[in-house]
Amino acid sequence: MQTKQMTFPSRWLPYALLAPQVAITLVFFLWPASQALYQSLLRQDAFGLRTTFVGLDNFARLFDDPGYLNAVSATAVFAVGTTLLSMGMALLLAATVNRMLRSRESYTTLLVWPYAIAPAIAGVLWWFIFNPSIGIVPYILEILGYRWNHRTSGSDAMLLVIFAAAWKQISYNFLFFLAGLQSIPQSLIEAAAIDGASPFKRFWTIVFPLLSPTTFFLMVVNVVYAMFDTFGVIHATTQGGPAQATNILVYKVYADGFVGLNLGSSAAQSVILMAIVVVLTVIQFRFIERRVNY
Amino acid sequence: MVENRPWGNLLAHLILIVGVALVIFPVYVAVIASTQGPGEFLRGTLPLLPGGHALENYSAMWQAGLSRVGAPPVGQMLWNSFVMAMAITLGKLSISLLSAFAIVYFRFPFRLVFFWLIFITLMLPVEVRIIPTFQVVADLNMLNSFAGLSIPLIASATATFLFRQFFMTIPEELMEAARVDGAGPLRFFKDILLPLSVTNIAALFVILFIYGWNQYLWPLLITTDPNYYTIVMGIQRMTTAADSDPQWHLIMATVVMAALPPVLVILFMQRLFVKGLTETEK
Repeated sequence: MQTKQMTFPSRWLPYALLAPQVAITLVFFLWPASQALYQSLLRQDAFGLRTTFVGLDNFARLFDDPGYLNAVSATAVFAVGTTLLSMGMALLLAATVNRMLRSRESYTTLLVWPYAIAPAIAGVLWWFIFNPSIGIVPYILEILGYRWNHRTSGSDAMLLVIFAAAWKQISYNFLFFLAGLQSIPQSLIEAAAIDGASPFKRFWTIVFPLLSPTTFFLMVVNVVYAMFDTFGVIHATTQGGPAQATNILVYKVYADGFVGLNLGSSAAQSVILMAIVVVLTVIQFRFIERRVNY
Repeated sequence: MVENRPWGNLLAHLILIVGVALVIFPVYVAVIASTQGPGEFLRGTLPLLPGGHALENYSAMWQAGLSRVGAPPVGQMLWNSFVMAMAITLGKLSISLLSAFAIVYFRFPFRLVFFWLIFITLMLPVEVRIIPTFQVVADLNMLNSFAGLSIPLIASATATFLFRQFFMTIPEELMEAARVDGAGPLRFFKDILLPLSVTNIAALFVILFIYGWNQYLWPLLITTDPNYYTIVMGIQRMTTAADSDPQWHLIMATVVMAALPPVLVILFMQRLFVKGLTETEK
């Protein structure tokens, strides 16, 4: 970690400059995180009167709890579904926009704004068009012979939240794919075209491999997004239901802690989530720096 | 564009038009729904053409809100959201500018420790530490206040790193010249570093404003007083009541008003937005 060659000589000023940031980090980040760590080792009785130290028992119970394992698998389905759908759509759109000359700017403008919409609002929008009694999509599906009802069908509900979460993320992925595509040297593609490779062949054998650093970076970012930033999508729509089908890990921490008041278990879940974030952040920094090279 | 393929171009436009339509569709439906009268939704499916009740729906929500479910007027919630978003944005920008300045332009004991301390905040999103953070804020008596809504979210590793990176690219000579002319560190910061960082600050401003505006879980936890409801969480209060008493036209009017400010920010500052997005993300 470097500084400038020449620095200002002051004993106290740098500490004063860092003070606000460090104070907030200590009070609102490190202290709560250590509290979560501490509480994850405790258990309260039903009335909150007595607290006992139980060691790692909260964690052991979590991994025996079918409800928690269900949340793990729901999170996996949700994260993979959201990432694939949103990255796939974004790549298709970005590769297509990249062909355009005059209309590139206008299409980009039309595609980037969903980034501004809060996950909770994205959830409400999709909840509304998929509403079983008045929504437009169930109406069409009914004609096609499928009875959509996310209030009773777990897979319908999961699809709904995946659509909402993926929709909001398309613009982000689109911008990064577009930037990645524009940094690929045009000469490579021209050479392949002269050799007679069709557009599809050129895409899969030249463009897509050269895009892999962007793709990898986006995969990590999208998994982080799906796991941690989508609380609003779930909370504003399915609330984890029906029958726990969309109860992803972040939502479960909230539901068990704030609604169920099971503090020990919720704290243990927080600790597991923190561990996951740490791993994902390390992956992001380690491998993004080195890049997937050819 | 390597070769000219008329059919390929046609197909490309077709894909893009379908894609854009898919992206716009949910919002289009919301806008249409917000212009309908109260009875329209009882008839079954939703109409796809605007109705004639836009003005009355929007003004009703703006002034009165859905009092039956305890939601305050939209005008007030928008104001709350605006204050929270601005406080978070300005707070994040100022404390990260200061800490980046300290880390780059000073050499002092425990510099690395502080650097890692700031880095850690990157790994601890609110979502994973909600209950202990809530307790801290409750102990500090900051529930139901703008301070409670914004201050716990102000620490920012990404902004600090971005400014650090940018400061490292500023030529050494500037600082030498400033010191020769007798300028102290604060004067150098104010008169040289800040003016040079204007574009970066603006780009980050766009991203952070959207981040602040879209906060959901945190306001949900710490506001029980409707006077402090922000618009994004206020909508959720309305939809939970919507199953028994479908006021979709009013809810969708609120949704449109909630989404409009950040969308406008992106559309009018698209260049800054793209710069901010691609540079902040590590």
